[in-house]
Amino acid sequence: MLDRAAAEATAKTEASRPVRFRGAGFVPASSRFGGWIALVLVIAIWQAAGSAGLVNALFLPTPFAIGRAIYQLAISGALWQHLSASLLRIGVGWLLGTAAGIAVGFAIGLSRLARSVGITFISALFPIPKIALLPLLILWLGIGEEPKIATIALGVFFSTAISVYSGVDAVPRNLIRMAQSFNVPFATIVRKVIWPGALPAILAGFRITASVALLLVVSAEMIGAQYGIGAFVLQAGNLMQTDQLLAGVVILSVFGLAVGKVIGWLETRLLHWR
Amino acid sequence: MDLIASHISHCFGDLAVLDDVSFTVGAGEVVAVVGPSGCGKSTLLSILGGLLQPTSGAPELRGSPPADSLNPLTFVFQDFALLPWATVEENVEFALLHAQLSAAQRRALVDDALRRTGLTDFRRTYPKQLSGGMRQRVGISRALAVRPAILLMDEPLSALDSQTRELLMEDFVRLLADGGMGAVYVTHNLEEAARLADRIVVLSRRPGRIREVVTVPMTRAARGEAEAREKLLALQNQIWSLIRNEAIDAEREVQHA
Repeated sequence: MLDRAAAEATAKTEASRPVRFRGAGFVPASSRFGGWIALVLVIAIWQAAGSAGLVNALFLPTPFAIGRAIYQLAISGALWQHLSASLLRIGVGWLLGTAAGIAVGFAIGLSRLARSVGITFISALFPIPKIALLPLLILWLGIGEEPKIATIALGVFFSTAISVYSGVDAVPRNLIRMAQSFNVPFATIVRKVIWPGALPAILAGFRITASVALLLVVSAEMIGAQYGIGAFVLQAGNLMQTDQLLAGVVILSVFGLAVGKVIGWLETRLLHWR
Repeated sequence: MDLIASHISHCFGDLAVLDDVSFTVGAGEVVAVVGPSGCGKSTLLSILGGLLQPTSGAPELRGSPPADSLNPLTFVFQDFALLPWATVEENVEFALLHAQLSAAQRRALVDDALRRTGLTDFRRTYPKQLSGGMRQRVGISRALAVRPAILLMDEPLSALDSQTRELLMEDFVRLLADGGMGAVYVTHNLEEAARLADRIVVLSRRPGRIREVVTVPMTRAARGEAEAREKLLALQNQIWSLIRNEAIDAEREVQHA
């Protein structure tokens, strides 16, 4: 005690100094334009390296060459031909897989019988790479669009079903009990409590299934299609047209970004309460 | 309308939680249920409100609820149980979805409930924008909208700070006085029990049995007066002496679990 009193008396005679700030960091906030600036910088370095002859154009064409290839594809009409074929397959496959996944996911989330049967099947079938089923689906459905669409639908279905029933499981039980305590009917509880409560998980699942659909459409088109971005990329690779090949890759990337933006917009609209 | 707990016992698996609990809540009567942690207070309330099937015994109703009652037994939850995606008025209206009401009737009930809880200006606000006390007001407003005969309140103030708790307690006193409602008020706070209840059911530690039923010897209106404070404090001490040792044992049991 005496030591402390002596120290306090000494401290009163000394000059004050500021307390060092120790709370910096661990709050990562992305700047609005940082990502775009970094992207432009990488493209510029890539272009400069290619133009200076530091990189062989056969192995890595310059961004300018890739841009020119996309432009030529666009004006020749080939871009739309390939893109429309892929979009049709993705669109139909994703919609079918999503609709079935939502229905099965809700059934598993709400019914004991569906849960015990559904989870067993999903656990057994989900890990199978869906592209491995394409030959079987061709055998069953013929060589047209159907097997490709079915492959995408299958891939989307399992991920959607899992995200939906996980979302239903994550709805706070106290909200359901609250609704029951007011005698709210089952269908209204599903519509007004479970659906909005599961929506964040469902939309997060959409992000995953959009990527799964893109992956599967490219794989399926590489195996058996005349048109489509996957088929185009494969043809370009076979002909060593790396600028065309990378043009296809850029188009896939832009498509992925666009889907991400759409889902982001949906989240902003539908989950504004978060 | 009376609510009767008739020989209610309940087990979760092998764990006996309630043992032969019986009491009656008369029309307009407020009964507090207190007891050590884990004695089955909230379980008892869930059983009384029909949200949980007891292992034996049953909750029963005697008499008819008021003609305008849309949900005679209505819960007010400890964690508010508000829909985060719905505004204040949508949360209140949610309780009326099952009722055969016109849009105008529903609107009138919502307006009245919001007015009684001072939430009219916050009707388009989302729960995340409200303080804890305001959220509980929404929960109370939702309960009032269905004109309950008996409110089933599960530690409604325990998640709130002491100032908000005091203000809401005053609101409860006012609402219970002018609403003609009965209530079962589960709490671990003896002050709340003494301020609000007509009778206090004291449960033993798990499995909860009724140790004593204490009658509060004054009207609720009189309890706000200065001279009532000493009597209420004596009452709290009396109840605390009943449960103190068991509360300590229950706490030790939790620590060693």
